[in-house]
Amino acid sequence: MKVWKGNLLKMKKSLIVTMALTLSLSLAACGNNTNSANNGNAAATNNAPTNNTASADLSGSILASGSTALQPLVDQVSKEFMEKNTGVSIQVQGGGSGTGLTQVSEGQAQIGNSDVFAEEKLDADKAAELVDHQVAVVAMAAVTNKDVGVDNLTKQQLVDIFTGKVTNWKEVGGKDEKIQIVNRPASSGTRATFEKFALGTKTEDLAGSIQEDASGTVKKLVSETPGAIGYLALSYLDDSVTAVKYEGVDATVDNVAKGTYPVWAYEHMYTKGEPDAATKAFLDYMVSEDVQNDEGDVVEMGYIPISKMEVKRDAAGAVTK
Amino acid sequence: MSAKTADKVATGIIVTITGLIALALIGLLGYILFRGLGHISWHFLTSPPETIRKGGGIGPQLFNSLFLLVLTMIITVPLGIGAGIYMSEYAKAGKITSAIRLVVEVLSSFPSIIVGLFGLLVIVNKFNLGFSLLSGAIALTIFNLPLMVRITEQGLRSVPVQQKEASLALGISKWKTIRSVQLPIALPVVLSGSILAAGRIFGEAAALLFTAGMSSPRLDFSDWNPLHSDSPLNPLRPAETLAVHIWKVNSEGLAPDATQIAAGASAVLIITVLLFNLGARALGRYMHNRFTASK
Amino acid sequence: MKKSNDREVATPHLAEEWVGKVYTFICILFLIITIFSMVYFVASKGLSTFIVNGVNVKDLLTGLKWQPEGEPPIFGALPFIFGSFSTSILAAIIAAPLGFCAAVFMVELSPKLGRTFMQPVIELLAGIPSVVYGFVGLSVIVPLFRDLFPGQGVGIAAGSLVLAFMILPTITTIATDALASLPAGLKEGSYALGATRWQTIYRIVLPTTLPAQMTGIVLGIARAFGEALAVQMVIGNAPHIPHSLFQSTSTLTSAITLSMGNTAMGSVQNNALWSLALILMLMTFVFVFIIRWLEGRKKL
Repeated sequence: MKVWKGNLLKMKKSLIVTMALTLSLSLAACGNNTNSANNGNAAATNNAPTNNTASADLSGSILASGSTALQPLVDQVSKEFMEKNTGVSIQVQGGGSGTGLTQVSEGQAQIGNSDVFAEEKLDADKAAELVDHQVAVVAMAAVTNKDVGVDNLTKQQLVDIFTGKVTNWKEVGGKDEKIQIVNRPASSGTRATFEKFALGTKTEDLAGSIQEDASGTVKKLVSETPGAIGYLALSYLDDSVTAVKYEGVDATVDNVAKGTYPVWAYEHMYTKGEPDAATKAFLDYMVSEDVQNDEGDVVEMGYIPISKMEVKRDAAGAVTK
Repeated sequence: MSAKTADKVATGIIVTITGLIALALIGLLGYILFRGLGHISWHFLTSPPETIRKGGGIGPQLFNSLFLLVLTMIITVPLGIGAGIYMSEYAKAGKITSAIRLVVEVLSSFPSIIVGLFGLLVIVNKFNLGFSLLSGAIALTIFNLPLMVRITEQGLRSVPVQQKEASLALGISKWKTIRSVQLPIALPVVLSGSILAAGRIFGEAAALLFTAGMSSPRLDFSDWNPLHSDSPLNPLRPAETLAVHIWKVNSEGLAPDATQIAAGASAVLIITVLLFNLGARALGRYMHNRFTASK
Repeated sequence: MKKSNDREVATPHLAEEWVGKVYTFICILFLIITIFSMVYFVASKGLSTFIVNGVNVKDLLTGLKWQPEGEPPIFGALPFIFGSFSTSILAAIIAAPLGFCAAVFMVELSPKLGRTFMQPVIELLAGIPSVVYGFVGLSVIVPLFRDLFPGQGVGIAAGSLVLAFMILPTITTIATDALASLPAGLKEGSYALGATRWQTIYRIVLPTTLPAQMTGIVLGIARAFGEALAVQMVIGNAPHIPHSLFQSTSTLTSAITLSMGNTAMGSVQNNALWSLALILMLMTFVFVFIIRWLEGRKKL
């Protein structure tokens, strides 16, 4: 018994030592962290002093879960919001659009982040209970491996490629090379957007196509695989892949805002019924000038500000000026 | 081909293949460490990750992994040892016991993704614990319990039966015999087994994707009250572990240095698991020497 | 005096005994409840595809088309089932001879080098997290296969190679245990008759330990069958039965991880994924029974 106890004690000791080590380690980390956050906050407060005083006594805790595409933005904005409203605690979780909509619909989360309209995932009566808050726009472009020699594709060409009618790049004006499709899984919101607005039709999964849900993996595969084509949100575009024009229109923020480039979708933050005060303040902050202006988080993180959009679109896809 | 030649050829092949396995592992380790070590720095280990800028670290993830490990072990060890004792000491041989043994066996070969999905359905949604450290710890407990049971059983079986009988003969109760005679002797086996299990927890990702979540909220490392939502010790906050972070950075990473971060985090993960392995061996050997009085 | 002393000791003993019994029993009860609720919840979710959504069981098991978002949605999971079986069995085919060789080396050829070097190596291999395997597979094996073979590098070949590495420790450890537990007399008898080492291994050791070796292999297949993340990163994930080892395909696990978060709980798309999980779980039972059967043979 003594031996047993002695060893337990020793174990406890070593555990405490490890804990203390990690503690000091993490404390050091947070030192850096709070400093930089404070600086950022000071700058923000200078910009908008009115905003700061107006919402000083809010309190509550908010759980926002869902879309992994929207998560970084909400995460970033929530940190700033919590700096200003110390009584509010916001947790942002991923899990996917479907998970977010389910959780907000069942009351487990206050906000459900989604890449798609709730009507597309939930039953009509459940979707009707949710209130839509559109906070940003994400546009996506078809991207190809750099070696294919194509910089413009028409809608018909894209449809032909993604339905397997065209299998070689020379048929659409490129090199003599086999086309390799890097698609998203059928359940993906990104794929739904791309099919709806770029192709105008649903496609079947072709034999031999690659499917990845994650944008990083899609980019990696497109940039490495000869003859590959896929599609990415604008924030993921860089030199490793070629962004292709759609019907001669460049995938740029201005073209999306003007409505000439059609492949885009709203990022939604759903609440069940009307939100409570803290949630409402947060959602208002998401679409406030601070967040949406040219230096704000939305632009910095590669989304398109909702305020910039000159066109509107409803759940059915009808566009209005 | 004469028998002797065949023997030589076969020996040669076996040695070559074994060598190749060793080479492959060294290559694997070398590749991960080579790519990752350059990126590991004090800053990398301690600072929080960045979403779109360069220079993010893995501080909170590292902390989460360790904390989750501690939480899981707090739940797993008493449960696992208890169940192990039952199986090896109390269970009477018979149909029911063999059925229980089957159940444990089935649980041990359940894919981790099933455990994760079950966690999502029951722990996260039904019990409403949300994506949290606690959900993750419970899922990992389910995942690790059978292993712990087996380890305890093994440990208790390694106890010489004379020692147990001697204790019982002195009129000491069975439970006390188990606690004060058998368990201490079984401790080296149990401990080194649990450390290996801990290594498994550290690297697990599939079960945690659906239970502990993929986000790491703002942590206030000056607040150690487990009831505060910003406190690192709060078991009800979502927590992305190192393994999940590698998965996320690899697949969704927007930061320009995502590849390096994944490589660096992989290296940290490997090194930690390595330390667990070495620790388990060293501890096992040390305790074995102490208890068996050899030398 | 003696009698009263006895009684004094006896009562706390009984209480103590009771504590021990109850405590350990609660622990084991927790375990049993867990597994039964797991089976119940996964089964109820997985079966609701057939009961609530009216999908035909036979269509799901034998259908070749997986179009969850189609009009109407089609759920044919055969490509996933095929993918899971082919990758895990191929992984075992790669890993089994390697594991056996390593075990022979460690037990028969050079126990010293085996214990001091090979065993830590194998244990380390077991300790590497699966995401790291996937990461390395995607960065090394996929590009390598893309250059060496026709196709995109992803597919069954890449998946099973990654899995082979992951199950090698399981197979090796069990093979080593089996070889080590072989009665020395058996081998010595063979050597005494003038047999070479290889003849002894081939004629005596391998046949006697075969059930144990098979146990290791089946355990390995079971583990490969349930592995999710590493496979998903290298398999390509097209819901089709591939025409070659180097063409993109899917497994049950990769289909689940790919879409689970994107679908809403309760929708038919989501339920269909739970059906895949149910298949996965049922296969686990099958593997456990095969292992039990093999172990029963070992004792004979």
